[in-house]
Amino acid sequence: MEIAQFEHPLQKSPESRSPLPEGSVPGVGEVGYGMLVWRRIRRDRAAMLGAILVLIITLTALFASHLAPHDPAEQFRDGLTPDGQPIPSTLLHGSMRFPLGTDANGRDLLSRILLGARVSLLVGVLANTLAVSLGTMIGSVAAFFRGNIESLLMRFTDVMMAFPTLLLAMTLVAILKPSIWIIIVVIGAVYWTWISRVVYSQVVALRDRDFVTATRALGAGRLFIVIRHILPQLIPTIIVWGTLGIATNVMLEASLSYLGIGVQPPTPSWGGMIQQGQSFYRSAPWLVIFPGLAIMLTVFAFNLLGDGLRDALDPTLRGRM
Amino acid sequence: MWTYLARRIAQTIPVLFGISVLTFVLIYYLPADPARMYAGPSATVETVMRIRHELGLDQPLWVQYIRYMERVLHGDLGFSYRKQIAVTTLILSRIPYTLALTLGGVFVELAIGLPVGIASAVARGRWADRVGMFIALLGVSAPPFWLGLLLLYGLGYLIPIFPLGGTGTPAHLVLPALTAGLGGAAWYARMMRSSMLDILSTDFIRTARAKGLAQFKVIFRHVLPNALNPIITMAGMDIPWFIGGVVLVERVFNWPGLGRLAVEAIETVDVPLILGTVIVTALVVVVSGILIDVVQGLVDPRIRHGR
Repeated sequence: MEIAQFEHPLQKSPESRSPLPEGSVPGVGEVGYGMLVWRRIRRDRAAMLGAILVLIITLTALFASHLAPHDPAEQFRDGLTPDGQPIPSTLLHGSMRFPLGTDANGRDLLSRILLGARVSLLVGVLANTLAVSLGTMIGSVAAFFRGNIESLLMRFTDVMMAFPTLLLAMTLVAILKPSIWIIIVVIGAVYWTWISRVVYSQVVALRDRDFVTATRALGAGRLFIVIRHILPQLIPTIIVWGTLGIATNVMLEASLSYLGIGVQPPTPSWGGMIQQGQSFYRSAPWLVIFPGLAIMLTVFAFNLLGDGLRDALDPTLRGRM
Repeated sequence: MWTYLARRIAQTIPVLFGISVLTFVLIYYLPADPARMYAGPSATVETVMRIRHELGLDQPLWVQYIRYMERVLHGDLGFSYRKQIAVTTLILSRIPYTLALTLGGVFVELAIGLPVGIASAVARGRWADRVGMFIALLGVSAPPFWLGLLLLYGLGYLIPIFPLGGTGTPAHLVLPALTAGLGGAAWYARMMRSSMLDILSTDFIRTARAKGLAQFKVIFRHVLPNALNPIITMAGMDIPWFIGGVVLVERVFNWPGLGRLAVEAIETVDVPLILGTVIVTALVVVVSGILIDVVQGLVDPRIRHGR
């Protein structure tokens, strides 16, 4: 009596298996992790919006000098009213000369905002790179090496976190004299603690797993294990914080510039423009409104993208990062 | 409970020590010479050296630190170079204002943020939820000082409901508190929503619903207390960030608080004042951290008994 047998694909003879070897074409048969992530991002409309915005802002920053209608430092005679006040958008009476109006020195606001994008993005991206690198290193080393190193590093992190972020940044910049590179370093040096905490808790969850014990038993050194085995598992965290952190760092830079200890004039910076414009907020509110909108849009874009990345990379992390 | 409190306080002592050392070392490396600042621009070299000796600035770093900490523990935070008043007096006079602003801000954050978050979680996926979260994300992304200026313009100038800065009446507190709180409200709304969503999908909530418990009771008696737990933890971590925001708000509205004092001190390189304000602010952060932990211990018995 013959019993119908179910034929398992792997038990078939090699000739009768499907002509495509497994895993050679994504989407056929099995789907890799990267493909899954990409699909999830594509379906998330908010994340796509964030990605597009980030792209637009980055391109704007890169090509700012070509996009700007005027030289941001040039002061125009016709940029001021007869008694020296800034003028509102010339679009109001049909002219494209100063689309967003001028500032107190007769400079074109649109050009300054476009050039300001460069500063904000540069500081945001570089400072965050520093922060994420530092934070990941310190967090993972502290969690993995345990013992005195762990206590020392995490205590140090606690001390740094006890300082109000902005105040610490202000103090450091005051000591070191504000310049764009100092600000990048300072913001990075102040922000890494947040990443360090997150990385620390993740590595703590990983350090007692079997694969770690096995690798140690095989004779691997601790640093080797951290670099070769632990760090790759932290990549989603790094990507998400690498994006969301840019949002926070742009905000920090704007805040420092608003307080007058950020990027110094004449370099256009959105926060600095708000600071200069705030004394005119009643007569020339556009000086405050537009730079602020630029900040909000940029931070919003990176937040949107970062949220989308976090949901796509590991939906279980929502609410905990 | 008390052992938990004692443990938490004991844990913060090394942190406080670290803060004082770090601040002191940072200030030591300020490029400006405090003795010269104190003496004034027209003083002779001998006067400057004499003042330096009087202020004890020619001693090695660790000696200066010990002397400073001795005075601090007796409540003396030094003497402001620029303002010619004792630092302690200055700080004490500003604290009530910052306290009022902080409490006002936290009130706004919780009063607006939590209900919006809860409503969003309950109405999950629907129109109200999407719009709410979109606005919340915008709120988180907007710079607080910009929001403050917009509020000032809109509700202080265009439609003159509120005064344009300064202090005096409770009405003066409204706009600054709103500014300080709105950004945080947006953040708490998002956090509350995701925390509630986590809880709503758990088994014990399913059981409660299966028992026939009314939605209202499910939300308020079972979901909320559990959802609040991570919020309280995150609130604790948010404090250093929040105080930074308060600094900005004080600048916009000319609010005579600790934050403004710190900014002035840093701008005028007034060393004792910088030291004093930064240490006090860090102290406030640490103390509020303990308070938050205590609150969490009260709310969640697991923490009280060492998990």
